[in-house]
Amino acid sequence: MGLRTSLATVAGRAVTWGARRFRIGGGTALPGFLALQLHPGLLRELARQLPHGTIVIAGTNGKTTTARAVAALLETSGLAVVHNRSGSNLPRGIASAFIEASSLTGRIRGDIGVVEVDEFALPAAVQALQPRMLVLLNLFRDQLDRYGELETVVRTWRAALAALPSDALVVVNADDPVLADLTEPFGARRWTFGLDDLTVALPALPHAADWRLCPRCGSTLTYERVFLGHLGIYRCAGCAFTRPPLTVTGRSVDSVVPLQLEITVGSSALMLESQLAGVYNAYNVLAAAAAGLALGLDAALVARGLATVEAAFGRQERVRLAGRELTLVLVKNPTGFNEAIRLLVLARQRCPVLILINDLDADGRDVSWLWDVDVEALQQLAVPISTGGIRGGEMALRLAYAGVVPAARYRGVAEALDRWVATLPPGSCGWVLATYTAMLQLRRELARRGLLPSFWVQ
Amino acid sequence: MRLRIGWLYARTMNIYGDRGNVLALVERCRRRGIEVEVREIGVGEPLEPGCCDLFFWGGGQDREQIAAAFDLQGAKGEVLRGEIERGVPVLAVCGGYQLLGHFYRPHDGPELPGLGIFDAWTVAGSRRMIGNVVVESHEFGELVGFENHSGRTFLGPTAQPLGVVRIGYGNNGEDRTEGCRYRNAIGTYLHGPLLPKNPQLADFLIACALRLHGWEEPLVPLDDELARLAHAEAVARARAQRRTVVLPLPFKRR
Ligand SMILES: [Zn+2]
Repeated sequence: MGLRTSLATVAGRAVTWGARRFRIGGGTALPGFLALQLHPGLLRELARQLPHGTIVIAGTNGKTTTARAVAALLETSGLAVVHNRSGSNLPRGIASAFIEASSLTGRIRGDIGVVEVDEFALPAAVQALQPRMLVLLNLFRDQLDRYGELETVVRTWRAALAALPSDALVVVNADDPVLADLTEPFGARRWTFGLDDLTVALPALPHAADWRLCPRCGSTLTYERVFLGHLGIYRCAGCAFTRPPLTVTGRSVDSVVPLQLEITVGSSALMLESQLAGVYNAYNVLAAAAAGLALGLDAALVARGLATVEAAFGRQERVRLAGRELTLVLVKNPTGFNEAIRLLVLARQRCPVLILINDLDADGRDVSWLWDVDVEALQQLAVPISTGGIRGGEMALRLAYAGVVPAARYRGVAEALDRWVATLPPGSCGWVLATYTAMLQLRRELARRGLLPSFWVQ
Repeated sequence: MRLRIGWLYARTMNIYGDRGNVLALVERCRRRGIEVEVREIGVGEPLEPGCCDLFFWGGGQDREQIAAAFDLQGAKGEVLRGEIERGVPVLAVCGGYQLLGHFYRPHDGPELPGLGIFDAWTVAGSRRMIGNVVVESHEFGELVGFENHSGRTFLGPTAQPLGVVRIGYGNNGEDRTEGCRYRNAIGTYLHGPLLPKNPQLADFLIACALRLHGWEEPLVPLDDELARLAHAEAVARARAQRRTVVLPLPFKRR
C-alpha cells in the first residue's frame, strides 16, 4: 500500500474523529467521501488486503438486516468482520467503514468484509471490492422519483454481475423471477434460496406487486404461491421459465412472530430461530443462512449466529419512553409497508399505531406510493391510528379512503411523538411506522431523551 | 344508480399510486349511495361500446406502454374513440395521456402511434421532469399533484390544456401548459392520488358519468376536510421545493 492510501486513510480518520468530537453527524459518509477524493482507488486497495475477501449484499428490502445477520454468523465463527453497519451503503459510506477498520498506514484490520450496497452503486462497489460472494435479495419499487424505472435497476445489476471475479459465488432469492432470470448464466456458481411454505402464502398477488410479466418472454406469470410482493412460486404460461430448483429451502414457518424457520439443504435439515419477525425477515434469515452455508460454515454455527441477530435501525426496534413500550418499524416502499401491516395483523397487536410520513430526498419526494399500500388491512386491528410528519395529511387522507378514520393528526415528528405518547396509558405500548428521515428524526428525539444510543455506535 | 368504471390496462399501466384515483372514484360514489363496478380491461381483452360509464388509464413503464399502444390499433381503439365522442369521461395519466395524443416518439426505436384524440404529440426528452406540481385550471381551480416524466408533450392548435402550471414543469417544461381536455376526457401528467387530493376533479368525472344515464341533479357534497388539508400540505411542499420561479407571463401556446 502506498503513501496515497495512508494519506487518504489518515484524512478519513481525522474527519471521523472531528465529526464525532464536534457532534456534526455520525461521520458515516464524509470521511469516505473525502478519502475517495484524495485516492479513488482506496476501497480496492483496502478490500484486497482482507484475507477472506468480501461479501456484498444488495436488494431493495432487507439488505441492512441481512448484512447484520451475515456479519453475526461470521463473528460467531471467530472472524473479525469489516462491515458498514450503519447502513451507509454508497461507496463513500463503505469507504468510511473500511477506513475506520484500518491503521493510519492504510493496513486493514479484519478478516472478511460484509458490505451492503445501494442498488445503483452495485457495479461500482463490485468493481472496487471484487467480492467473493454476491447476495441478491429482491427487487422492488422504491423511490421511483430517484431511481427511474425498475428496468434501469435490472440493467445496472446485469453490469454488476458482469464485473464479478470469475470465481465469485452468487447467492440469489429464486422466488424473485427477475433475479432468477438475471443470475441464470451463473450455473454452478449460483446458490438459490426460496420459501416453500403454504402457511404464509397470500391469497393473490398484492396490488403493489411490481412484476407480473415473465422476464424472458413478456407473458403473464402464473403464481402457484405468493409469499410477499411478487416473490413466490411462479411459472410462465408462454415459455419454459419457472422458479429454478432451490439449493436452500425454507419451510414450516410455524410462527412468523417470532420467527421459526426450518431450512433444508440437500438431504439435511436445520432449525432456525430468530428474534426478528415477519415473512420479510424469514427471507432475510434464509438469505443469511444460505450465504453462511455457501461459505462452508458449520450448520450448527449458522443457527447459533442467527439467533443472536438483533433488529437493525428502525426494524422492529424496541424502546421505552415515559413508561410506554414503543416498537419502531421503518417503512420505505409499498411492499415494506404492506409487510409491516401484515406483521401487525399477524401479531394481533392491540397497541395504538402512529404513522410518520416525510417526503425529503432520502424518503423519495413523491408520496404517491402510499396509495399502493393495502392500508385497508388495518381495519382488522381496531386500534386508534394517528399520523404525523411532513406528509401526515396525505397519510390521513389515504387512511380515510381505506375506511380507517385517523384518530389524530400531528404536525412534525417531535410534536407527534410527545403528544401521541401522552395519549397512551402508562405501562401500555405503541407501534410507530415511519419513513427513513422521519425515523432519523424520531431517533434523534429519543436520543435527546437519552433513550437510544447515537446512530454510529449501535 | 350503478356506474361502471373501466380501468384500462389496470395490471400493466399502474405505477405511482395510480390506484388512488380509482379508490377515490369508488369511495366518493359509495358515500353517495351510488353503486360502482370496476372492470379491468387488459391487453387483448375486448372493449364493447356502452360497456363503461367512465374510463381510467394510468402510466406504465416502456414495455407496457408499447403493448397498450398496439393493443389499441384497430377495433378496440375505435371503440374507445367512439365512447369519448359520446361524452364518456376519461382520466388518462402519464403514459395513458401520451397515447391519447397523435404519437409518442422515443429516443430510439419506432414512433408509437396514439389515438389522436388530443391534438397533441409527445417527444422523449433528455431529462426527467420530477416534482410537486401546482396547476391553475379555469374549470377546476387549483390542482396539485406530482409529476415524473421525460416525455415532452406539445399541444397542437386545436388542443385545450387542462390548466396553466404555477409550480413545476407540466406538459413540456416550456410553455407552462399542463394536460389536455377534449369533451369529457382529461389527460394529465399529475399522477398518483390526483383525484383524492383534488376531489372537484373526481366529482366532475362522476357527474359526467351520471349524465350519460340522464342524471342531471348536482352531486351531494361530501365532507372533504381531510382532502383540503392534504391538498394544502401538498401545495406547501411544492412551494418549499419549487425549482423554477414562474412569473405571471401571458399564456404562450406552441
Ligand atoms: Zn416466459
